[in-house]
Amino acid sequence: MTQPRTIIQKLWDAHVVAEPEGAPALLFIDLHLVHEVTSPQAFAGLRARGLKVRRPDLTLGTCDHSTPTTPRSLPIIDPIARAQVEQFERNCAEFGIPHFGFQSERQGIVHVIGPENGVTQPGMTVVCGDSHTATHGAFGALAFGIGTSEVEMVLATQCLPQRKSKSFAVRVEGALKPGVTAKDIILALIARIGVGGGTGCVFEYTGSTIRGLTMEERMTVCNMSIEGGARAGLVAPDDVTYEFLSGKPLAPNGADWDRALARWRQLPTDEGAAYDREISIDATALEPMITFGTNPGQGVGISQPIPDPSSVTDSVERDTLRKALQYMGLEPGKPLLGHPVNVVFIGSCTNSRMSDLRAAAEVLKGRKVSEGVRVMVVPGSQPIKKQAEAEGLHEIFQAAGAEWREAGCSMCIAMNGDQLKPGEYSVSTSNRNFEGRQGKGGRTFLASPLTAAASAITGRVTDVRTVLG
Amino acid sequence: MAEKITAFESRTVLLPVDNVDTDQIIPARFLKTISKEGLGDQLFYDWRYEADGTPKPDFVLNTEAAKGCAVLVAGDNFGCGSSREHAPWALTQFGFKAVISTSFADIFRNNSLKNGLLPVVVPKEVHEKLLATPSTVKVDLEKQTLTLEDGTAVEFPIDAFSRMCLLEGIDELGFILKHEDRIAAYEAQREITLDTRALA
Repeated sequence: MTQPRTIIQKLWDAHVVAEPEGAPALLFIDLHLVHEVTSPQAFAGLRARGLKVRRPDLTLGTCDHSTPTTPRSLPIIDPIARAQVEQFERNCAEFGIPHFGFQSERQGIVHVIGPENGVTQPGMTVVCGDSHTATHGAFGALAFGIGTSEVEMVLATQCLPQRKSKSFAVRVEGALKPGVTAKDIILALIARIGVGGGTGCVFEYTGSTIRGLTMEERMTVCNMSIEGGARAGLVAPDDVTYEFLSGKPLAPNGADWDRALARWRQLPTDEGAAYDREISIDATALEPMITFGTNPGQGVGISQPIPDPSSVTDSVERDTLRKALQYMGLEPGKPLLGHPVNVVFIGSCTNSRMSDLRAAAEVLKGRKVSEGVRVMVVPGSQPIKKQAEAEGLHEIFQAAGAEWREAGCSMCIAMNGDQLKPGEYSVSTSNRNFEGRQGKGGRTFLASPLTAAASAITGRVTDVRTVLG
Repeated sequence: MAEKITAFESRTVLLPVDNVDTDQIIPARFLKTISKEGLGDQLFYDWRYEADGTPKPDFVLNTEAAKGCAVLVAGDNFGCGSSREHAPWALTQFGFKAVISTSFADIFRNNSLKNGLLPVVVPKEVHEKLLATPSTVKVDLEKQTLTLEDGTAVEFPIDAFSRMCLLEGIDELGFILKHEDRIAAYEAQREITLDTRALA
């Protein structure tokens, strides 16, 4: 009898190309996503060695990180960003890689365009020079971020030397309360295990709560796996997955679909398979989450007080927390509720999809953004922008006083001119609250689109449950 | 191709902060470059310089004692966050050859090993000793040992392949290319039908 296997093990087994003596296994990569920031040095490396891209048909490029979100009729003002975007388009053209350039109607955030085009599929290995690649794990793919040297390796060989990670089951059970979202699940997990808690692991998110999530919600959860230290996080595919994929531009069709479906149905973890680590989360006990510190693990339920460094025993840990609160300008012992906010950012590969925009619009509809608060809504891709406009969401945002912008990473990474000023506070639906992440000296509270929209109305950190009524 | 590493001795620079993320190691605004060069001056930029660009005298990298140091000792979980390889590029261009911590983020560790920067994991008690005061340490990759100032030698873990690549300056891409026949054989039996070129 064969040993029961986890989906993580099955994905690994199906992609081993070779197991050379004294070296890590070579894994085949089914999909390589490329963007302008982490690829130029890799293309330069290919040129220096006289190598071609082995599988342009398994590669897809888009520009997103340093790409402005101002109207596309305007030029890219920052000459360094412009040079990078132009170099990216030249590199893709030279090496025959299909890509969505700055003016493409399909341009968008790299982790949005894969799923949107049906390129991300169950059972695949997916890599990208970006740590949020785990987003694609929502489809039951082994998806992880890589460095630029590895980007070059995959471009040249479609393979990567890899060591097997540990498996880490994250079981989430029970119904979410109103106002509590997928974002709150993942922020709660990271708050519990810490930003290094999943190092060396791949998360498999399981349980009734995860099964009940839509694909977009599953993407939000998987997206932030890296913030818990795990390079990858995934959800086994099910009918929700197949329904989402069906009819997407590059999803298999006809007889190919039937064959693919039969393959995909073999992926879920076998009964009785063992994980290296496990954790359980009671979804019924969750409330909307918010971060108070300078890493995504420094988060609390929105009604909970900010922890006190003096209660921490380890000295480096205590100083680290103290440093975080000092940077954030916050006092321990009190909840963040009511803290003034300068900017609200709704967007990023974590929360820029249709359901995120609809959720924010639901809160903002017929209301006004608090005076003096800048609210930026940045759709994840051009097709999402178009769809949102077809539904009239942009009018809701604009009538409320929010900015409706072009697609890109925007203020999640603040490389494209969208950024906080020193000292400013944001409530942000993005994934990182590191010092200066949203602009030098800027201070970030991570939260869900619902919490962000509610805070936009009041100009203060707000519990969305008090706004929904 | 990575520079060869064997053994070296250096004073340590201490950064007693947990979870140092790659946004601190090199802020994202410096990633608009299309080159690997010139990143050493941007290392820890926002911790290292005032708003007007003058060095902050109290930040450890700006001290006289940090000059010429090749070993950084930092808090737990060093290098968390983004996948930017600019982080090890910046560290090595500043002059670091090793970072010592109790743990490293996965992607950062991988990126470091490909760039001649040694992530040295030590047990908590050794880490505490190292963080107490700057000292002179010896890193020997051949023997996989870190020797402290008091003469104590501790073994540190590193996988055999990475160790060999660093010791001999072997390039991983060249290594993969040698498996061309296996890659072709794997490709021939793949069942996934995807051609991204249909989108272009």
